Amino acid sequence: MGAGDFPAGLDELIAKRVDELIAKKIEERMAQLMPKGPPSMTIIATKGTLDWAYPPYILASAGAALGWDVAIFHTFYGLKLLLRDLSQLRVSPLGNPAMPMKMPFGPRWFRQIRWNMPNAVASVVPGFEAWATNLMKQTFKSKGVASIEELRQTCIDADVKLIACQMTVDAFGFQPQEFIPEVSEFCGATRFLPLAQTADVNLLI
Amino acid sequence: MEFDKELDARGLACPMPIVKTKKALAGMAAGQVLKIVATDAGSLGDMQAFADATGHQLLSSQTQGSEYVFFLKN
Repeated sequence: MGAGDFPAGLDELIAKRVDELIAKKIEERMAQLMPKGPPSMTIIATKGTLDWAYPPYILASAGAALGWDVAIFHTFYGLKLLLRDLSQLRVSPLGNPAMPMKMPFGPRWFRQIRWNMPNAVASVVPGFEAWATNLMKQTFKSKGVASIEELRQTCIDADVKLIACQMTVDAFGFQPQEFIPEVSEFCGATRFLPLAQTADVNLLI
Repeated sequence: MEFDKELDARGLACPMPIVKTKKALAGMAAGQVLKIVATDAGSLGDMQAFADATGHQLLSSQTQGSEYVFFLKN
């Protein structure tokens, strides 16, 4: 039987069927190689001021609410977010020209003024940082933003893994008992990176 | 619309309306309907994304003045 004897359209049928089977086979193989768990996210928290404490915990608790596996690696100043006492967190408008300053109290026209504090003023006024910190806390409270304590507890309740970088714990001289007991692990970069490698979302904050 | 439980998320900012929605759903039986009232404008997009990602059905999403009302099926 010569090549010319195949029924018309057979090649097309075979090609179509092979495509279908290959697609199915690849899907099966991928499922074997990469079992599908829930999506995952790793966040590296590097900042330790009151304002920058929010993004990691907001994103982590939102991810956990979506059912994702979330881990936060706290390193450098981010370690301060793991301390038992979060009341030490401060925000400073000093060197931070992007920080909008609006009063959370008083009449409407007063609340709408955008205060631009030159560094020259901010740096010499005693108690300016404490005032700015208090202002941010009041503003956030009046806007219904949860406190850092509340957001961190939400993460803990949702099984977000809170990891502390061992190297910076040692380098900054933190004592283990200064941290909340919910810290799931003290570890190094080499332990953290494989976690990040398999995560679907990686964020550096 | 009929519902089995109501969640008052008024005055809460991102991400608390979603966090509290997830908690409320966890305490409900499958198929029950949760009504959520929020004032966070971001919750319009957030609630839809939450429903899509978690497989819950967003039966209705409405803006009523300065409030956002959602009906979510567990």
